[in-house]
Amino acid sequence: MSAEDALKSKFSGDELAFSQFRDNHRVVVPAAKLFEILAFLKNEQHFDMLAEVTAVDYLEYDGAKDRFGVVYVLVSTKSGERLVIKTFVNDPEPLLPSVYSLWKSADWLEREVYDMFGIRFSGHPDLRRILTPDEFTAYPLRKDYPLKGRGERHNFPVLTRAES
Amino acid sequence: MPFEVSDLAELDAPDKEYLWTLNFGPQHPATHTTLRLILTLDGETVVNAVPHIGYLHSGFEKLGEHLDFNQYVTIVDRMNYISPLHNEISWHHAVEKLLGIELTPRCKYLRTILAELMRIQDHLLNTGTCALDLGGFTAFLYFFQQRELIYDIVETASGQRFHTSYTRVGGVAFDVNNAWVDKVRSFVKGFAAVHAEVHRLLTRNRIFIERVKGIGYLSAEDCINMGVTGPLARASGVLRDLRKDEPYLAYPDLDFKVVAAKDGDCYARYLVRMQEMVESIKIIEQCIENIPEGPVNVDAGSKAVIPAKPSVYRSIEGLIQHFEVMMPNRGFASPKEEIYAATESPNGELGYYIVSDGTPRAYRARTRPPSYIHFAVFPQIIKNHQLSDVVAVLGSLNIIAAELDR
Repeated sequence: MSAEDALKSKFSGDELAFSQFRDNHRVVVPAAKLFEILAFLKNEQHFDMLAEVTAVDYLEYDGAKDRFGVVYVLVSTKSGERLVIKTFVNDPEPLLPSVYSLWKSADWLEREVYDMFGIRFSGHPDLRRILTPDEFTAYPLRKDYPLKGRGERHNFPVLTRAES
Repeated sequence: MPFEVSDLAELDAPDKEYLWTLNFGPQHPATHTTLRLILTLDGETVVNAVPHIGYLHSGFEKLGEHLDFNQYVTIVDRMNYISPLHNEISWHHAVEKLLGIELTPRCKYLRTILAELMRIQDHLLNTGTCALDLGGFTAFLYFFQQRELIYDIVETASGQRFHTSYTRVGGVAFDVNNAWVDKVRSFVKGFAAVHAEVHRLLTRNRIFIERVKGIGYLSAEDCINMGVTGPLARASGVLRDLRKDEPYLAYPDLDFKVVAAKDGDCYARYLVRMQEMVESIKIIEQCIENIPEGPVNVDAGSKAVIPAKPSVYRSIEGLIQHFEVMMPNRGFASPKEEIYAATESPNGELGYYIVSDGTPRAYRARTRPPSYIHFAVFPQIIKNHQLSDVVAVLGSLNIIAAELDR
C-alpha cells in the first residue's frame, strides 16, 4: 500500500487534497492535523528523513485564498519515495506545531522559515532568528517586503570605538 | 543534540565558572569564509558550540523572485562557489522539470561531464584544504594545480573560469568543440597520477590519520534524522545517492558505483571523497567517448528556449523568439504549478522548490542548501572533542558559507 493510500484510509474524515505534478506526489493537509499526519508518516510509513521545510507567501498569487503555505518534503531512505506535504496558515498569528521532536533536521529549517516569513513553530526548542541579526524586525521573504529594503541598515545603532 | 537553551543555563551555573568561552571566527583562516562559533571550553575540551551564521546573507532567494529563469543562473552559481556549474545544472534541472522540457542527448552528456568535473573540483578543494588546515600543505598544492586544469576546461566551454553562468533553459549557452574534448581527455589522463600521489601523501600518513581518525563521529541514524546527505551520509553508511536513486541527466546509461564507508568519522569522509573522484573520472571517461552528435539545445519550437545565434541573425522567426525570451516585458508562459527537484551536488542533496505563477519568473525560488543542513549537525559532533579538532571537523563537513547563508 502506498503512503498516499495509507493516508487516505487513516485520515478519511479529513480534507486531504492529493495531487501529482511530474514526479512530485503532493498532499495538502489542514494545519490542525499537520503534526498527527507527519507523525503517522514518520512512525508508520517509514518516511525517516525530512529533507526540506520551506514556506511560500501567497499574498500576490493569483487566486490564492490563504496567506502562507508551508511545505515539508519527506523522503524514505528505504524505498526512495518522496512526499510533499503542504499546509496553509494565515495572519495575524501564523503558528504551526514544530516537528523537531520527529526529525532533528527541522531545527534550523524551521528557524529559517521563522526568520524569513515570521511563521512561529510551537514546541521548537530554540526559535531565534538565524540568518538576519537578532534585532532585525522585518520578515524579508514576505511579499510585502520590498526588494530594495526599508532602510533597516540605516537605522542600526552605530557603535563607536569608545563605546564598544 | 543541537544547541538547546537549557544547555546554556546549565553551563552558566556558578560551579561551572572555570569554563572558558572562545569566539571562533568570523575571521579565522580555518573557517575559510565567514563562520562564527561560540565555543565553551573545559581546558581544551569543547563542551558546547553555538554556531552563529548569516554573515554572508545576501537575499539570493528574494532576488530569485525578481529575475527570470535564465537570469537567476548568475546568482545560483555564487552559492556554492567551489562547484559553481553544478548549482547551475541543478537550478535548470528544476526549471526544466517545471516546464516539462526534455533535454537533447548531447546536452545531457555535456552536463553530466561538467557536473562530474565539478564534483572532482569540489572534492579536490575539500580534501586539499582539510589537509592544509591540519598542516599538510603539499597535498593542497597538488590538488589546486588540478583545479586549475578544470578551470581551463570550463573556460574553454563557457568563456569564464569561475562563475560561468553557462546553462540555459533547455540547453547551454554555447556548444563545445573538439579542443574542449581534447582538454577533458588530457585532464582525465593526468589525474590518476596526481590522485595516487596524494593518496601516498595522506592516506597512510600517521600525522594525518591521528588528526582525523575517530574524530567527528556521526551515526547512520543521526544522518537520516538530521537530513544529512551526500558524501557525509555515505561515509556513515547511508547508501543514498540521487544519481542512482532518482536518475537524471545521462546517469541511467552510465556504469559507476556509489562510494560508502561505515566509520562515519572525518577519515571515512576523506576516503569517500577520494574514491568518489575516481568514480567521477570513470563517468567522465565513459561520457567523453560517447558524446552524441546533434544539437545541444532543445528545438526552438519550445517557447522557453533561446534560439541559436545564426537563426537569430538570419531568420525572422529566430529574431522574434530571441526578442520574446530576452525582453523583460515579454517572456513565455510557464505552468502555474509548484515543484521540488533535487540533484546530487558534490555536497549532498541540492534541491530547488520553485513556485511559478505562470510567468517566466519564479514566484518563489527556494534553495535547499546542503551546507545549511550539514552545519546544523556541527554542535552535536564536536562535543567532547579537543579544540584542535574543530578545524578537522569543519574541514570534513565542507561548509561553504555563501551557500549556507545565501
